[in-house]
Amino acid sequence: MAGKTKEKKIVKTIKIDVDKCNGCRACEVICSAFHASPKYSSNNPARSRIRIIREPLRDIYVPVYAGDYTMAECAGRDKYTIDGKEYDECSFCRASCPSREEFKEPDSGLPLKCDMCEGEDEPLCVKWCLVDALTLEEREEEVEEQEEREDLELGLESLADKFGMQTIMDTLARMSKDDKSK
Amino acid sequence: MRYAETGFNLEVDLTRGNIEKVATDPRDTALYLGGLGTNAKILWDRVGPEVTPFSPENLLIFSAGLLCGTPATGCNRTILTTISPQTELMAFSMMGGFWAPELKYAGYDKVILRGKSEKLVYLWIHNDTVEIRDASHLAGKGAVETAEIIRQELKQPKAQIAAIGLAGENRVYYASVEQGRSSASRGGIGAVMGDKRIKAVAVRGTKDINLADPEKFMSLCNEVLDYIKWREDNPIKGVMTILQGLGSPQEMKVHDEKWHTENFMWGNSRTRRKGFWNEEIEKEWTDTLEGARTRLISCFNCPMKCGATVSMPGLPTYMMKCFTKLTYTMAAYSDLDFGLRIAQKATEYGLDGFSTPQVMAFALELLEAGILKPEDFPGLPESNEDRFFYLLDMIVNREGIGDLLARGTYWAAKEIGNGAEEYAHNTIKKHEQLPLKLSMLNPIYFLMYSVGEKINITQIEGQFPQAPFPKREHREKFCEDWIQVPHEKFKQYFIDWELRGENSIPYYPTVEMTCDIVEWQEMMHYIDDALGQCAGLSSFPLKPPYHIHNYPKFISAGAGIDMDQETLSDAAKRYRTLVRAVNIRRGMRRKDDRPPENHWKKRFPELEEKLLDGYYQLKGWNKEGIPTKEALENMGLGYVAEDFIQRGILTEEETADVQTETQTQ
Repeated sequence: MAGKTKEKKIVKTIKIDVDKCNGCRACEVICSAFHASPKYSSNNPARSRIRIIREPLRDIYVPVYAGDYTMAECAGRDKYTIDGKEYDECSFCRASCPSREEFKEPDSGLPLKCDMCEGEDEPLCVKWCLVDALTLEEREEEVEEQEEREDLELGLESLADKFGMQTIMDTLARMSKDDKSK
Repeated sequence: MRYAETGFNLEVDLTRGNIEKVATDPRDTALYLGGLGTNAKILWDRVGPEVTPFSPENLLIFSAGLLCGTPATGCNRTILTTISPQTELMAFSMMGGFWAPELKYAGYDKVILRGKSEKLVYLWIHNDTVEIRDASHLAGKGAVETAEIIRQELKQPKAQIAAIGLAGENRVYYASVEQGRSSASRGGIGAVMGDKRIKAVAVRGTKDINLADPEKFMSLCNEVLDYIKWREDNPIKGVMTILQGLGSPQEMKVHDEKWHTENFMWGNSRTRRKGFWNEEIEKEWTDTLEGARTRLISCFNCPMKCGATVSMPGLPTYMMKCFTKLTYTMAAYSDLDFGLRIAQKATEYGLDGFSTPQVMAFALELLEAGILKPEDFPGLPESNEDRFFYLLDMIVNREGIGDLLARGTYWAAKEIGNGAEEYAHNTIKKHEQLPLKLSMLNPIYFLMYSVGEKINITQIEGQFPQAPFPKREHREKFCEDWIQVPHEKFKQYFIDWELRGENSIPYYPTVEMTCDIVEWQEMMHYIDDALGQCAGLSSFPLKPPYHIHNYPKFISAGAGIDMDQETLSDAAKRYRTLVRAVNIRRGMRRKDDRPPENHWKKRFPELEEKLLDGYYQLKGWNKEGIPTKEALENMGLGYVAEDFIQRGILTEEETADVQTETQTQ
């Protein structure tokens, strides 16, 4: 990772107004549809890269975006009281982490991450949120250039964490051998 | 591959504890769509007229609509179908919320319950794992409370749960099935659930729902969203506030209740209180609602905020929507504070917000009239409010007089006798109705009240304005962007409709026009109920985003079934007729197709007969309201005709057997 430079970049920010969220989960619906393969061919909120952390009777509605994968859960999980309502720290956390089922593919357990709906004018969750709990804001920032990591690499890393790198390499070797012998 | 639907039903035999996953026939989807349509088919096939509501052979079907779980905005309804203990006819109450999509994601279109469990149980559906679990620790628990306990014990915060309260457990004839912010409350479906000893159905699903033509479907969805935005910015002018926008009437949002409190009836649907609403009351009720309401909330995948989380001081939180806000208040001649407090208890008990307050007001009227005696009400409190709380407990626990009242005004009055029948005055087909009494007969409403087989006016009205606008130019303006009409003629019907003179009610719209208007409104509700679409974005408000022109495209692109306006209308007609057929086989006839006797002061018996004749004729029914052999065969319902002939309901000559006066009582 040599030669990191600072450069100006337009940063897209989604502003989340939890007071405006009506808890409908349209964001989860459109997110999972957009990321289906082929695009829109299916939908399933359990594959969504945004989740409403939702406890209606306690009036808790927090839309959270999938962030980075982490192999271990954090040590202390704190509680926040905001406007008289108690939130778990996890209610605001974007990590795909072992402590919860959020932000993992339901069948494979592979981590999910929000990509702001690359190629669209705006993230579709923002477009589908007619109550304006989610709005898009763009701002210019100086950031350190970083190599973009591919989904495949992230997925492999989580598999390696789970099963160990040696097992993954052995499995790959066996699979490619099986493939050749067909 | 199946599109939009999963292609599987869960068949649960509660007597034997047997659970099966059964593949469904895609041909049935093409003929009856899903939801209400396929429910009606199952009920016709499997629940004969000899099956009583509380027999193990009665089915209780929880069905997702055909398009539930797809990205179609507002498509989230669960259609519950069974034989109602109160009407003894087919009940098909529905609930919004989050349950139906979750069922689809778990991999099922319907849950079909039959038999009866020995002990109280609940059903837990988690993708391919389905189990019947002990619920003895949930006996007597509130419906909302039950859902929370189940989520915690399963460690499944995302499970969606439909549950009954004590009212359902004790088989109160107007018990509801509650699901957090929504409920299926009409028709006493909760009582059948209680009779089967099933406290709740919990579901969690993480599978995909597929679309046949994704690009097309998404462009239809985006058009609907754009139209919703446009409609929100352009409320309809010239109609009262609650009819201007989309969604259910926005009762949780509005504070101005002048219209409801001064036009609907108080008590046992008796007293109209003109001049009731004043500044002082408006301030008091506004403070009450603002103090109690924590948030306006939605159902699954819908931007409308028709419900609210309500926390009354000192009481557990619950969720509410629509007109239950006022039904208890008005039945007890009380205020909103009382209404929201008693509704909390009634929600936990799991009770219908239309029937329950009316039954209690009816009981107190009977006491005042001396038909019921003070000894029927041991320990009756002094204040009206306390009396309502007292009666609520008596009914739900089925104590003393509460045991009779638990059957609703019709059956209670019959049992009490001594003139009590006169007080059970606001029912249709034995089911309590909105507390509304008017002056001049309205032909459209007469027909909708009479033939609406959901037996609830809000479940058949919509689309066509309730009254003409005073000026012709306003009516013409309204028609300019009225894209939802199935045919241009409806615009002319409306433009020519006047408040006074020759072209006014009751003789205008004419019989023929009235039948057309009713058929259109009814058709849209039936389509919604098969697709699982909320009426609030479709059949209920004026100028909705879903209509007969885009629905066929949604079905084609979503489910992969070729549809156009004609085939969709035919399908809706087919299962509407099947609902009729189930009820005809259970003894329903023309004499049952009528509104409460005193709904209008000015009645027109001759015109009313012509309206019924006209509607029956349009439907292909005979004078008794029985679908004819020819009409049935034309709709692909030859099997219904055969059954009718075998039972002597129809003769080979297709004339009605007018001897069949046997009611279901």
